Amino acid sequence: MGGKHYFPLTDQDRQEMLSVIGAASVEDLFKDIPESVRFKGELDLPPAMSEPETLKHLQELAGKNKHSQNMVSFLGAGIYDHFIPAVIKHVTGRSEFYTSYTPYQPEVSQGVLQAIFEYQTMICQLTGMDVANASMYDGGTAVTEGAIMGCGATRREKVLVSRSVSPFYRAVIKNYFHSRGLQLQEIPLRDGCTDREQLAEMLGDDVATVVLQQPNFFGMVENMNGLAELIHEQKAVFLVAADPISLGLLQTPAEYGADIVVGEGQCLGVPASFGGPVLGIMAAREKFVRQMPGRIAGETVDSEGNRGFVLTLQTREQHIRREKAASNICSNEALVALAASVYLAVMGPQGLREVAEQCLQKTAYAREQIMALKDYSLTFPGINFKEFAVTVPGDPTELNRKLLEQNILGGVDISSYYPELQNTMLFAFTEKRTRNEIDTLVTELEGWK
Amino acid sequence: MKYKAIDGLKYTKKHEWARQDGSTAVVGLCDYAQDKLGEIVFVELPEVGAAVEAGKSAAVIESVKAVADLYAPLSGTVTEVNEVLLDQPETINQDPYGEGWVFKVEITDQTEPEGLMDKEAYEEFLMKEEEA
Amino acid sequence: MRKTKALLFEMSRSGRQGYSLPPCDVPEKPWEQLLPEPLRRSAAPALPELSENEIVRHYTELSTRNFGVDTGFYPLGSCTMKYNPKVNEETAVLPGFAGLHPCQLPETVQGGLELLYNMELSLKALTGMDRFTLQPAAGAHGELTGLMIIQAYHRQRGDHKRNRVLIPLSAHGTNPATVSMAGYEVVQVPCDDRGLVDLEALKTAVDDTTSALMLTNPSTLGLFEEEILEMAKTIHEAGGLLYYDGANMNAIMGYTRPGDMGFDVVHLNIHKTFSTPHGGGGPGGGPVGVKERLVPFLPVPLVDKQDDRYFFNYDLPESIGKMHSFYGNFGVVVKAYTYLCMLGAEGLKQASTDAVLNANYLMNLLKKRYYLPYDRTCKHEFVLSAKPEKKKGAGAGDIAKALLDRGFHPPTVYFPLIVEEALMVEPTETETKETLDSFARAMEEISTVIDKDAEKVAHGPYNTVVGRLDEVLAARSPVLRWQKA
Repeated sequence: MGGKHYFPLTDQDRQEMLSVIGAASVEDLFKDIPESVRFKGELDLPPAMSEPETLKHLQELAGKNKHSQNMVSFLGAGIYDHFIPAVIKHVTGRSEFYTSYTPYQPEVSQGVLQAIFEYQTMICQLTGMDVANASMYDGGTAVTEGAIMGCGATRREKVLVSRSVSPFYRAVIKNYFHSRGLQLQEIPLRDGCTDREQLAEMLGDDVATVVLQQPNFFGMVENMNGLAELIHEQKAVFLVAADPISLGLLQTPAEYGADIVVGEGQCLGVPASFGGPVLGIMAAREKFVRQMPGRIAGETVDSEGNRGFVLTLQTREQHIRREKAASNICSNEALVALAASVYLAVMGPQGLREVAEQCLQKTAYAREQIMALKDYSLTFPGINFKEFAVTVPGDPTELNRKLLEQNILGGVDISSYYPELQNTMLFAFTEKRTRNEIDTLVTELEGWK
Repeated sequence: MKYKAIDGLKYTKKHEWARQDGSTAVVGLCDYAQDKLGEIVFVELPEVGAAVEAGKSAAVIESVKAVADLYAPLSGTVTEVNEVLLDQPETINQDPYGEGWVFKVEITDQTEPEGLMDKEAYEEFLMKEEEA
Repeated sequence: MRKTKALLFEMSRSGRQGYSLPPCDVPEKPWEQLLPEPLRRSAAPALPELSENEIVRHYTELSTRNFGVDTGFYPLGSCTMKYNPKVNEETAVLPGFAGLHPCQLPETVQGGLELLYNMELSLKALTGMDRFTLQPAAGAHGELTGLMIIQAYHRQRGDHKRNRVLIPLSAHGTNPATVSMAGYEVVQVPCDDRGLVDLEALKTAVDDTTSALMLTNPSTLGLFEEEILEMAKTIHEAGGLLYYDGANMNAIMGYTRPGDMGFDVVHLNIHKTFSTPHGGGGPGGGPVGVKERLVPFLPVPLVDKQDDRYFFNYDLPESIGKMHSFYGNFGVVVKAYTYLCMLGAEGLKQASTDAVLNANYLMNLLKKRYYLPYDRTCKHEFVLSAKPEKKKGAGAGDIAKALLDRGFHPPTVYFPLIVEEALMVEPTETETKETLDSFARAMEEISTVIDKDAEKVAHGPYNTVVGRLDEVLAARSPVLRWQKA
């Protein structure tokens, strides 16, 4: 039988226990399951394997994949190949952290609770917001629940989302909104950024939330000047999905008047892992704290005056508010948030700035080299942080297949998300990309077609 | 009698009280309710000028581990709210019938809703609740 | 034993560095050119500045202030805190899994797709459902996915009057919260005096505005809903669908399957039943399985196979769309898959067998001193009521603190709501008999202390790094971040 080493009960134990219970056999304990629904026979699952066999099987499956360690990756679109300091997995690998559950008994969960409190603080420091929660599932659900927060706060039902926001996020928002009858309107693009004039026209006193992304899906730094004023004039909520690494350098959303900041925290020391588990970041101005979903850790004292941390404002949450809760979220991405905290602690303000600067410089260098190629063009001129869209002279999938031969994972084909942008790809350049790697990519691009 | 009830007030089955004074009434939470909720940490007050309907939720009272709606005993328009509760929500625990009042209404429907009890009837109701 | 711990920000010293980065090797442009001043933040983020060793010591010490399943017994009812096998941790971090980008060409991720495909096959066999999505990132996320699928099904049939979902009074809080999130109205169904869903009340509550009934089986009281087929019939005859909250799946593997009980939609919690670690609150995973007629509405993409190639199938025109930016918590699914590989059919059935045996054994030990409102054979968990102890001056919450002092994590307290002073105990199958015996002894001892000196119990814990924390203060005057004085 498989997994025997996880079942400590011996046959003798079982006999003794049954006699205490007063049952003849374990079958007696399942008599309450009616015959009519009893499963007969054996479950149709593959035969159990021992640990070495299982490892071998999983290694074989993993071995069939190309990945960021055996390839040079220029993939982005929200998930990036950033440097992950070695320290992180030694912290998240401590089993007192990863085998614990939600800190409902705070006195024995001060480790997790203090880590959450520190994480919340660091997210506020990064974004300029007043409060942050302990995490959401990912950037897409964070944006969605943030947009819904705006609806709750304004008691309105319409949300404006720029087309320059990730199509993956917009798909999630669309789904959630369609389900509960909230309205979603997309703000058109102009030259790869949000069309500010259109946004001004679309604003009205029926708009709850305006959702923008910075840098946007095309890697461009948008002009956020004056937008907060326009949005607040209509008493709507300004939500920004921000790249956390970019906040090492870029203006904080607080500085340009945002009310809620969300984001994808995978770039903070978290492996790509095929898109999950990743990290939904959520932070907001103080006045929105009671509408904020998710867990929040707060500082307090015990009866002797010792400082400690607890989950607080729990009346917002499902286990208390039940059908009146703003969200049903229970389990979140706690361990991933821990990884992000360690990353931010390791990097500090200086390190984060250096990472951001390298992204900026390497992206600028790559952009210059690629723009010099005669068959390639920069889809949208502007300011790029760590990514830009390139119009390529042919089918992106064919190009990517060619790049694979050189152990390169080429850019993301975005034409299916933006039908007006055929043969367009997003290439990302993080601090991990070397000049050599970028030059090789450019050479390969040049040699294609 | 473990829980207090005082003269001159009308009581609801959901443990709210109203003290009528001509065309206005003061509304609050009863001693039983504040005790069951535990230490109150936050009060969501209605807006001045808002309409409240008898039997519908007019305010929300939160303790650490529970949330309770305060259902309006009478229908009317809110004329005043007790702003002390914004900084000191525990006032409801300390003095539920006095300083812990929640809001005042201008009564729109003078016909008294069913189910409003006087002190004796409420005390009887309380005893039955406790036995359960 | 009280011990305070500084925050990272309090340890920070200007000029300390914790990172190591190579210099930038591309020719650098002046950076006014790349990012004009107005776009730059006016001050650096006030993140702490620390050396690597301080950071490691900080988190190492924090870990000693935390209790996990690896520390000791963790009988949190409804959470299934079973042992987290270490081989799962090895497989999830293989570079061939951890280093996968979700937008890679399918031919470069065949191993990842094969894993997802195989996982689906196993979950189908285990639950008796027809297809699965692995996209939901948690149980509650799965619940929302399931309700959206049900909603799409009714809407597609032009049936727009179904705006209500029935849930038992004993349901986990995520159930009614999910119902509201999907835009539905909650209708509570009471339980009878046996602790099961009141069948007559259910029959009265069901009508043509009922979209679905959400159930967990066994219930949150650890009792098997014996009338499940009758409940399924009632809902189906009224045109509604039946949803299975799989939180308690650990009780029934190999014994019965939700698909055979009449459920149309099922979610599983892989961080409960399939041993993936809870992580201090996540990440988890909430795969959702459906019967054939609901397959068209599943979130995209599904994972399919043609000849020998695996691919992401987006060709579901009636799909509800996406629940997650990508494919859900793949890294957690790898752990669950590893577990299924190791256990196989026999192992999974043994898990449920031992889980139920451990629960019944512990229940029989504890009922000698504590009040057991539903005194009959339970499944994998049972609920005690500390109402008698509360009358003496120390209730469920206080007993929990007393257990902390004795080196145990307490059971779930104050849930389900239908039992006063509830203590919901779920030992799981990965505990020894000796552990259960010592837990029972500790509970007996606490009961004795309550008889003599309830005040003492009402003010614990005494042996933990902090004493009982003031949650009222935390809620009244919230301090949700550190700030420089």
